[in-house]
Amino acid sequence: MTVTRDGPSGDPTLFSLDGEDVEFRPGETILQAAHRAGRYIPHLCWHPEFRPHGSCRLCIVKVDGRAGAACTVQAAPGQEVESNSEQMNASRKTLLQMLFVEGNHFCPSCEKSGNCLLQATAYEMGMEGPHFEEFYPDRPVDASHPDILLDFNRCILCELCVRASRDVDGKNVFAIGGNGIGTHLLVNSESGKLVDTDMALSDRSASICPVGVILPKRRGFVIPIGERRYDVKSVAEPDNQEAS
Amino acid sequence: MLYFVANDRGIMTLSHQPAAKGVNVRSEAVDALLSRHGRDPHALVQILRELQESAGWLSRESLESIAGELGLTLAQVEGVAGFYRFLHTRPVGQYRVLFSDNITDRMLGAEPLMADLCRRLAVEPGQPRADGLVSVSRTSCTGMGDQGPAVLINHRHVLTRLDGSRVAQMADLIQSRVPVPQWPAEWFRVDDNIRRADVLLGTPQQPGAAIAAALARGAQTMLDEIKRSNLRGRGGAGFATGLKWELCRDAPGSAHYLVCNADEGEPGTFKDRVLLSRHADAVFEGMSLAALVVGAQRGFVYLRGEYRYLLEDLLAVLQRRRAQHLLGASIQGHAGFDFDIDIHVGAGAYVCGEESSLIESLEGKRGTPRIRPPFPVEHGYLGQPTTVNNVETYCAASHIALGGSAWWAHIGTAKSTGTKIHSVSGDCERPGIYEYPYGTSIRRMLEDCGARDTQAVQVGGPSGVCISAFEFGRRIAFEDVPTAGAFMVFDRSRDMFEVAHNFAQFFAHESCGFCTPCRVGTTLVVKGMDKLAAGRGSRHDIDVLFELDTLMHAATHCGLGASACNPLRDTIVKFRPAYERRLKSLHFEPGFDLDAELSIARRMTGRDDPAAHLENAR
Repeated sequence: MTVTRDGPSGDPTLFSLDGEDVEFRPGETILQAAHRAGRYIPHLCWHPEFRPHGSCRLCIVKVDGRAGAACTVQAAPGQEVESNSEQMNASRKTLLQMLFVEGNHFCPSCEKSGNCLLQATAYEMGMEGPHFEEFYPDRPVDASHPDILLDFNRCILCELCVRASRDVDGKNVFAIGGNGIGTHLLVNSESGKLVDTDMALSDRSASICPVGVILPKRRGFVIPIGERRYDVKSVAEPDNQEAS
Repeated sequence: MLYFVANDRGIMTLSHQPAAKGVNVRSEAVDALLSRHGRDPHALVQILRELQESAGWLSRESLESIAGELGLTLAQVEGVAGFYRFLHTRPVGQYRVLFSDNITDRMLGAEPLMADLCRRLAVEPGQPRADGLVSVSRTSCTGMGDQGPAVLINHRHVLTRLDGSRVAQMADLIQSRVPVPQWPAEWFRVDDNIRRADVLLGTPQQPGAAIAAALARGAQTMLDEIKRSNLRGRGGAGFATGLKWELCRDAPGSAHYLVCNADEGEPGTFKDRVLLSRHADAVFEGMSLAALVVGAQRGFVYLRGEYRYLLEDLLAVLQRRRAQHLLGASIQGHAGFDFDIDIHVGAGAYVCGEESSLIESLEGKRGTPRIRPPFPVEHGYLGQPTTVNNVETYCAASHIALGGSAWWAHIGTAKSTGTKIHSVSGDCERPGIYEYPYGTSIRRMLEDCGARDTQAVQVGGPSGVCISAFEFGRRIAFEDVPTAGAFMVFDRSRDMFEVAHNFAQFFAHESCGFCTPCRVGTTLVVKGMDKLAAGRGSRHDIDVLFELDTLMHAATHCGLGASACNPLRDTIVKFRPAYERRLKSLHFEPGFDLDAELSIARRMTGRDDPAAHLENAR
């Protein structure tokens, strides 16, 4: 038996996101189509310039009642997608709290504060506290590079820098190491230090980090706190969904 | 050019420079290793594992050399080496002793035995001894649940039925640096313990008979026969085998591949070990006829690292089958039927039992599950259509080729045809391997294995389901209680909280670390259960554990995270008193022990009288 399904109004190029039609192109994921339509589905590891990764799980939605990551599920006609609901946002808040307690995130002293996608998304999801006990991992910073600081304490393992360095810069400066809760970012050099790589401040991988791991040196507080990207406009706004 | 050199600890490592004193140079061996794998980066896991077998551990210099030789970056190789629990990027003891840490090993006394060994050798768990002689650690279930407590030495030698006297002797042997192969042979005995054989374990097969039957039928008719038999995958998910083969066959690709999933990592499961020890021919036969159906010329057995000791025997069987024209070109003289099998040995990663992680590992990468769809039948090994089946599924297929679908389908139930092999362990008189037709009740199985006063059975391992006494009338079948083959029995003396706690530690240890809910969630579950175990928990903590279960079921990237809370949820629902008796109070949430926090103030003021304590304390 073949089931032919059409969009909410019988249109084969539409699916429904929280009750409103979204038009999609063949091959697009739910998140791609929603993003193009200016709709907001929270996300951290997904970026419009890169292929889907599916690790942060912030874009969790229910597709016809079944949970999935909007960045990896293909859009299909007639799908009923539940995203901005109490249940989905509660799941997202818990995922954010997991990311916060896993690393060391001290927003008031972080240069990325106000420009940080993790922080902005947490505000958007109404996260008011860590909920879980912090892990306080020991993650030394790498300040070896003359122009770039690496503060691993804030890493959420989105691999955007890994992908940018490999796919855009063609340098393979980063990789992922370890396993389980010990999974961590690796720097590709004999010393394991950034100074011994060919990374440059102009690389895409130097600007892609959605949190405060990869930061340019000597540029602290050029824009005062209170006037930064997410201080003035919500992450849910169509042109403000990416921090980088 | 690569050289083996001894470092200052006497451990062999790889170097670009020959050893200073001109000794231990074995560069030819390393070159041979790389050449044997065609300097193929897809063989990275095998290369690292084999290098470690000779070098002891993988130094940074050796990783760098391998990276250079294979055209990979150092960080990529480091990332792969760091992913697998059995690959060491830091020095380990010359004797690496790993205690199998399944709950059944613990029930047989593994923990005090490990403590005793550590005491005798003056070594801290997880830390190599200062002289580099020995390290002692825990590892996930090694697949010896019916003959534990079990130990794995140097990722190669399996010791079963450990006891106090063996531990004492083992400590002496290690201390005197006696090579492991010279230890008492009896210690390495691995029994098959087949207690009940049905068609798979009890019907002898002539090598080549099933292939001949398949060839006589022809590929399409053979596929139809498998579909008519209603054979479903034995690895746990129960996907229809015939449909999988058909999807793979019909998927376009420059080559088709076949994989036998022998990464039997689900704790409490050891039936594939017995199938591979005793019925390897039937398994290879099933792979060969599957290759005929899907049009594959190359197949892999992904053998879990814990079963490394089976490798030589399996390679010998493959070699014999080549000589018998049952593998290689023109199998049984049938022009165009070319198929051969390689064995890939895992390196300690439960997640590689998931088929897309397994394929990543086969490709020499970290065993991170892929985004699915596309599924391996369309986009598998090297992006080509790939069929992945469990050991037992291939074995069953070979019997169906001989006996026919009607014969197979009349065994079991309508929705679950044929038989299932169970690995029975825990509190029973006769642990071992039991093969039953589908539809057999759990009560019947408990009676047969001599289980008494049973409180619960964990069916299908930690990611399966915990069955309590009032459910023992339920039946093993896809439509009732499905299973991947583990059957762990717990009598009424056991604390089901301890069982769930052990399983939670297992999942946290085996999380691949890719997605947030599994990486962080499995650790949060362990921390929550640690808190309960320490008697500091409250009802709120149980609620938080429940919330984590709900989230992880819905939000994880793969099935490992989704099922990680199954034992927690089952035992909270079915054995709630085991949790509640650990609570400090059913209502109050003590984030910390207030009276204990005052101890510093008491010490400073030199007081310890009752008035210096909180009312309820002491």
